[in-house]
Amino acid sequence: MIQIRPLFARATLAAALVVGTVSAAEAETIFHRGNGSEPETLDPGLSTGVPEHHIQMDVFEGLVAPGPDSEPIPGVAESWEIGDDGLTYVFHLRENAKWSDGSPVTAEDFVYAWRRLVNPETAADYAYFLWPVRNGKAISEGNAEPEELGVEARDEKTFVVTLEAPAPYFIDMLTHHSTYPVPKAVVEEFGNEWTRPGNIVSNGAFRITEWVPQSHIKAVRNEHFHAADEVKLDAVVYYPTEDREAELRRFRAGELDYTYDVPAQQIPWIQQNMPDQFRNTPYLGTYFYAFNVTAEPFKDNPALRKALALAIDRDILTEKVTQGGEIPAYGWVPPGMEGYQQQQLEWASWTQEQRNEEAKKLFAEAGYGPDNPLTVEILYNTDDNHRKIAIAVAGMWKQVLGDVNATLRNEEWKVYLETRDQLQFQVVRAGWIGDYRDPYTFLSYLRSDIGEQNPSGYKNADYDRLNDESTVETDAEKRMAIMAEAERILLADLPIMPIYFYSQQHMVADHVKGWEPNIMDYHPSRFITVER
Amino acid sequence: MLSYAIRRLLGAIPTLFLIITIAFFMVRLAPGGPFDSERRLPAEIEANLRAKYNLDDPLVVQYLHYLGDVVRGDFGPSFKYKDFSVNDLIWQGFAISAQIGGLAIAGALILGLAFGTLAALRQNSAADYGVMAAAMTGITIPNFVMAPLLTLVLGIYLGLLPVGGWGQVRHMVLPVVALGLPQIAYVSRMTRASMIEVLRSNYIRTARAKGLPERITILRHAMRAAILPVVSYLGPAAAGIITGSVVIEQIFGIPGVGRHFVQGALNRDYTLVLGVVVFYGALIILFNLIVDLLYGMLDPRVRYD
Repeated sequence: MIQIRPLFARATLAAALVVGTVSAAEAETIFHRGNGSEPETLDPGLSTGVPEHHIQMDVFEGLVAPGPDSEPIPGVAESWEIGDDGLTYVFHLRENAKWSDGSPVTAEDFVYAWRRLVNPETAADYAYFLWPVRNGKAISEGNAEPEELGVEARDEKTFVVTLEAPAPYFIDMLTHHSTYPVPKAVVEEFGNEWTRPGNIVSNGAFRITEWVPQSHIKAVRNEHFHAADEVKLDAVVYYPTEDREAELRRFRAGELDYTYDVPAQQIPWIQQNMPDQFRNTPYLGTYFYAFNVTAEPFKDNPALRKALALAIDRDILTEKVTQGGEIPAYGWVPPGMEGYQQQQLEWASWTQEQRNEEAKKLFAEAGYGPDNPLTVEILYNTDDNHRKIAIAVAGMWKQVLGDVNATLRNEEWKVYLETRDQLQFQVVRAGWIGDYRDPYTFLSYLRSDIGEQNPSGYKNADYDRLNDESTVETDAEKRMAIMAEAERILLADLPIMPIYFYSQQHMVADHVKGWEPNIMDYHPSRFITVER
Repeated sequence: MLSYAIRRLLGAIPTLFLIITIAFFMVRLAPGGPFDSERRLPAEIEANLRAKYNLDDPLVVQYLHYLGDVVRGDFGPSFKYKDFSVNDLIWQGFAISAQIGGLAIAGALILGLAFGTLAALRQNSAADYGVMAAAMTGITIPNFVMAPLLTLVLGIYLGLLPVGGWGQVRHMVLPVVALGLPQIAYVSRMTRASMIEVLRSNYIRTARAKGLPERITILRHAMRAAILPVVSYLGPAAAGIITGSVVIEQIFGIPGVGRHFVQGALNRDYTLVLGVVVFYGALIILFNLIVDLLYGMLDPRVRYD
């Protein structure tokens, strides 16, 4: 027991300190933000998750920043020029861009951050985000030195990037946290503790002052931020809210102004009782089933894949099963990609009866029937929603096609991932969320050379070639046409069966202003105000 | 007694060694790894990560490294929470879990003993049935039902207490109640049963016969013996409660150590899982020792030699 007493004392002291700061801060405008899970790290070069990104978007600023509607606006870079070859980008940094300690943000800071990201010693998950930059991939692989990366500080306020090949989506990528600058002196002094309150120096609209893991992170307005006058909040507090039911209760009790998510089974109740505070917006993601095209029964059997894709009623799945405002999907790339003509399966406009008829015909053509029933297993990771959808899909196959014995197999997340990567399944549920607003983030997912990421083992040389072409084509319109052609090939082959496009739900309190729905689900706190 | 305690602590070393060894190899046997995610990492990048965390060494070499670190009291870096070491995570969480758990146990002991004794003294009366019915309810209603109910009624409908969060005294009320309720129930049932037995024993009859006041008979003589089963129950139970209840922490958003158990395992955060398991194992050993020492003080028949 003796061991425990000093701990009690320390924790009580800490509690007393927190009580003090909270009551003193009552008069300030504070935005209490549900933020999903506890951040893995606040280091923009090392983090991978969405909750981290939401905090980093407020605390740091990249060359380009997301606007209130997620459209890129100038960030640290005031303006930029792109060379005629599409390979050279010259960024002019703001004169008044400063770190939270008052020192200027310079081109050297970006050179340091980007070299650090691709350096194998950093072991950053998102190192591949800079592979479009000259030598980026070679450095990650250990075949070149970080100093050889195609970045240069021409002078204190001019940052020059040279790409390996034209990448028309490059500017859009720069809103991503992995490209943010990091303060060299602080990182080198504190090592992996540099993001702790007291150590951290950042260049965004807010700066971090408190971090109690699993409890909250508090960030206050950064007076050195170049647009600090326009930031209306005094502080933002981010709470890890893994339990969605608990998050909703905290919102109802007024402890949160904004929720990260909404429990699906409460949506009907919410729509009835607090509809004004409920937000439901399309999200840049596709929920789908992938067929394993490297093994029986789906190998070289497009008719069977098409029959199964036809036989499910997506309206029932979204309206009766998921009930979260999802959009039935008849294509792979979700809507909302600027300049891209959305592609659809040719039977998207049919009625479900017509689809069912066609499905039966194709099922018989593929050689299945009463004498040769189809036995198929659906793999999904343990989750209530995935289970419900799998049950419904299996039921629809049985109902429409008759001779289908579909069984379900659920596995814990990491086990499921391993099974999926090794293609040890017949049908697997999966989802994909875009990294940036360009069809390529979806199309490249099913390239045959992408490795285990491609969930169905799909391989089509034409598809890969069109993907390659889209990365070198500099004319935006032609490029979109190339990608549309690639998607048409994919939808004709159907290695995957799209089910719905994601939507994202939030609760937003009435007194929160400036919150704009958008497909990336980016809501930087610098544009938000709280008017109690 | 001191030499007994020291001998017991020394005896714990092989136990802990076994715990570390079994846990180390078991987490590695689980399919999947810390770097698997929906977004597959390019092979080159995964190789860099594996090199950084020394996952490329043979398993036995990794094991010996880990053992060496643990002996020095270092549980290593967390695979998932990159800004913190496992030691940081455990100590920060434990400081908070211990407060809530400690209060819940203290409350359970005081109320449970009182209710149990009351029920035993008024055996088969309305008070007895009332206390035991309440206890049965307390045991059968699980945490994950009780906690949301409490937050709904006291937090949302009545607005008396915060429904989640951490930092102020009022944040502690609901979690302590939710965590303590089933323990009160267990303790009072156990107390009642053993008290009834003790009250029928010869030495209590003797005490009463020589005219001791009933208060002293119960509190000084009967309680000392009746509390023994409660003490042996509470030893391991306390280790569990003060290392945090996953359910309670999740529902109330409390930054305790409990959720590291679950999250660590789900994320395949090898070092975190191992750290928490070893820590928990050490606590159980410690609490069992405390129970044995308490037995010596409470029960005159126990001798340490």
